[in-house]
Amino acid sequence: MNRRRFLKATASSTGGLVLAFHLPALGNARPFDGTDLAGEINAWLVIDPDDTVTIRVAQSEMGEGVFTSLPMIVADELGADWSKVRAEYADANRSLREDRVYDRMGTGGSRAIVHSRPYLQAAGANARERLVRAAANRWGVDPQECTAADSRVTHADKELRYGELAAEAAAIEVAEVPIKTPDQFTLIGTPQRRLDAPAKVDGSAVFGIDVRVPDMVYAAVAHCPVMKGKVRSFDFSRIADRPGVLQAVELDGAVAVVAEHYWQARTALDVLPIEWDRGVGAGTSSGDWEREFVAALDGDGVVAHEQGDTTAAFATAASTIEADYAAPYLAHACMEPVNCTAHVQEDRVDIWVGAQNPESVLAVGAEAAGVEPQNVYPHTCFLGGGFGRRSNPDFVREAVLVSKAVGRPVQLIWSREEDTRGGWYRPMAALRFSAAFDADGNPVGWSNHSVTHSILAGLRPETVASGVDRTSVEGLSEIPYAIPNQRVTHTIRNTHLSTWFWRSVGNSQNPFARECFVDEMALHADMDPLAFRRSLLGSEHADMLRVLEVLEEQSGWGAALPAGTGRGMAIHESFGSIVGQVAEVSVSKDGAVKVERVVSAVDCGHLVNPLSAEAQIESSIVYGLTAALYGKMTVEDGAVVESNFHDYPMLHMADAPKMETHFTLSGGDKWGGLGEPGLPPTAPAVCNAIFAATGKRVRSLPLSEHDLSWS
Amino acid sequence: MTELTVNGQAHALDADPATPLLWVLRDHLNLTGTKYGCGISQCGACTVHLDGAPVRSCVTPLAAAAGKQVTTIEGLSDDASHPVQRAWIEHDVPQCGYCQSGQIMAAAALLATNAAPTDDDIDAAMTNVCRCGTYQRVRRGVHRAAELARTQEA
Repeated sequence: MNRRRFLKATASSTGGLVLAFHLPALGNARPFDGTDLAGEINAWLVIDPDDTVTIRVAQSEMGEGVFTSLPMIVADELGADWSKVRAEYADANRSLREDRVYDRMGTGGSRAIVHSRPYLQAAGANARERLVRAAANRWGVDPQECTAADSRVTHADKELRYGELAAEAAAIEVAEVPIKTPDQFTLIGTPQRRLDAPAKVDGSAVFGIDVRVPDMVYAAVAHCPVMKGKVRSFDFSRIADRPGVLQAVELDGAVAVVAEHYWQARTALDVLPIEWDRGVGAGTSSGDWEREFVAALDGDGVVAHEQGDTTAAFATAASTIEADYAAPYLAHACMEPVNCTAHVQEDRVDIWVGAQNPESVLAVGAEAAGVEPQNVYPHTCFLGGGFGRRSNPDFVREAVLVSKAVGRPVQLIWSREEDTRGGWYRPMAALRFSAAFDADGNPVGWSNHSVTHSILAGLRPETVASGVDRTSVEGLSEIPYAIPNQRVTHTIRNTHLSTWFWRSVGNSQNPFARECFVDEMALHADMDPLAFRRSLLGSEHADMLRVLEVLEEQSGWGAALPAGTGRGMAIHESFGSIVGQVAEVSVSKDGAVKVERVVSAVDCGHLVNPLSAEAQIESSIVYGLTAALYGKMTVEDGAVVESNFHDYPMLHMADAPKMETHFTLSGGDKWGGLGEPGLPPTAPAVCNAIFAATGKRVRSLPLSEHDLSWS
Repeated sequence: MTELTVNGQAHALDADPATPLLWVLRDHLNLTGTKYGCGISQCGACTVHLDGAPVRSCVTPLAAAAGKQVTTIEGLSDDASHPVQRAWIEHDVPQCGYCQSGQIMAAAALLATNAAPTDDDIDAAMTNVCRCGTYQRVRRGVHRAAELARTQEA
């Protein structure tokens, strides 16, 4: 692959959109540096003489469990003894040099399993077949008569361990080997504890911020308080004599101070006089934007979906309802503030980072350092949370530029304040819904206009030329409910803030508004919200109907609740999986909300690791609930007000609901993602429950801005 | 020079006494298991034990640790055998894992003074933030660790 093609490929994979699927080569891959790895059967796995199986993971471990679930897929086909399996990261530099042998390495879109399962199965099957051939050759028997399981090949009374066969197996070429069908799985679908847990309970797991390189120095960075602003000047002489301080480096709209230790850099930066050119964003405020977004709802918008004759349906309706909803900008707030360690040398760049896409790290590193991509070596670390934020390599570029300027390895760390104010937010949006009903109360018309800050307008402008950013209308342009006349329109409205993919992307705000409005429709039709949804789901939504059924049964839907408590539900399909949730909330008379319980029913088709699948649903609920309760970036005079967890609060354990997750798996060809689909139903289920508890309809988030008191 | 004992080992450190203990542990002593999360005592990722009591090392100046015993996640046990660590593995608690050093240190400190904490006790003591939302498993882990500790003593 030439440089240009690689850069093009990585540029288009940073955002997490779908590229053409291809099976990576499973040839007799060898490390580019000529190391003799005798036990490397193919690029995905190495078997040591003691039978230890090391499986390469090309996706990033940010909590979702790929360091366990992806090796399970390979090991199932391989017939490996799971107790002898370990995981390590695949090498992005090698993938570049070997025609993308690890395929697309970006992690996002809940697609780690969805996308890579077929070729990981193929990798395991390929290695198993080679091991079987190696044993059969030794014994002089027909490979078809041999059995491979538990890291052994057997034939009649003969047995060889994989570790004894690995070197020979590596030299055997095999054609494509068929992969297992789900009924043949032995490991996939069984609960397995995380392979990375031991390192995460004794402090030995290496996150990006834990990297220590000889001769390394630290950088603290300050960005212009108003995004897209510039550095006018700074006075290094004022901090030059401080202990440990080495240098200040001007970056694009930012200044980095480099010192022997991080705290020296950080405290020097705090007193460094910097003059900013606040740029185009100065003078703006989020309060103004909220009014402008709502005003823009009166415009026409660009059609994102249309069926039937909505105008006629509304003109002839017996009754109509309409409501406006709004959602704010949100920061990802990963536990580990973004950071990167880079060492730029004349002909080699090393980058140690917890990133969701080592290929974009490589591309950005090459561009920033001015070296050929094949001379950039990303070393992926554990990620202290990602949630989309770490698929953007902006902080990687900064670390590379600072290392280049300083001539030493540099670890650049954003403070929590920089991380919170640094942008790449979940977009803000305003949404208007209207519904028309016939004389019997049946919905006959659906109209929706959304005004949203576009993510793709900045990342891939050509994809929004029509006036619709498809990520902004996720959950809106296709709704599951059988309403004959529908018109869905969209307006892009951008501010100077930078926006990015935030856990579940457009599905994070759109289903909130849609599922709350559907509850408003149920109320108007005088129907139970669950029964109302069921009545609007046709037989083509059998999977969704089954999720509703499980949800109804497991949540105790319909059972009486005491005053001040309420039950609400929502359902949404995203990333190939359907998740329905029922939330039970209590609201005190003075308006304090406690979400007591969230019951989920999930159809993701198949499960690889039930333990991590349940964890992902719980994780999504907490992440979504945190945003629903507290999350909002406020902007005054162009600058973000919130800075840290005291004013951008996080959910604590005392406020976390009891969570019960029930999987109802439709199987077949369906393999859905799980990192994100648990999030979209949480906010609407909670808001619908608050309505049930208080009679107060919440149409904008966060909940902390609403008076929910009742009497 | 500031003298302190970290995980049983004596150190004399030539760092500004105002430096938060967090950065001394991480950058001077290379004990990177203790994490930076917020720097303002809000998240607990930096929790260590100072003479046995849980403190947020991001707001604890080095001077405040002078002459004292500091225990970090690396020193909680030699072989991940502390009941909290065992319970965390058993209940598959960590996700990204970044906050877990602090969660574990907070839980270990709780159990040192309360052998059988109730859910309310846990809510009051475990104020560490986890963005992966592992709270439900953390709670189970604390209860399980309490059981393991009792069994160990018996």
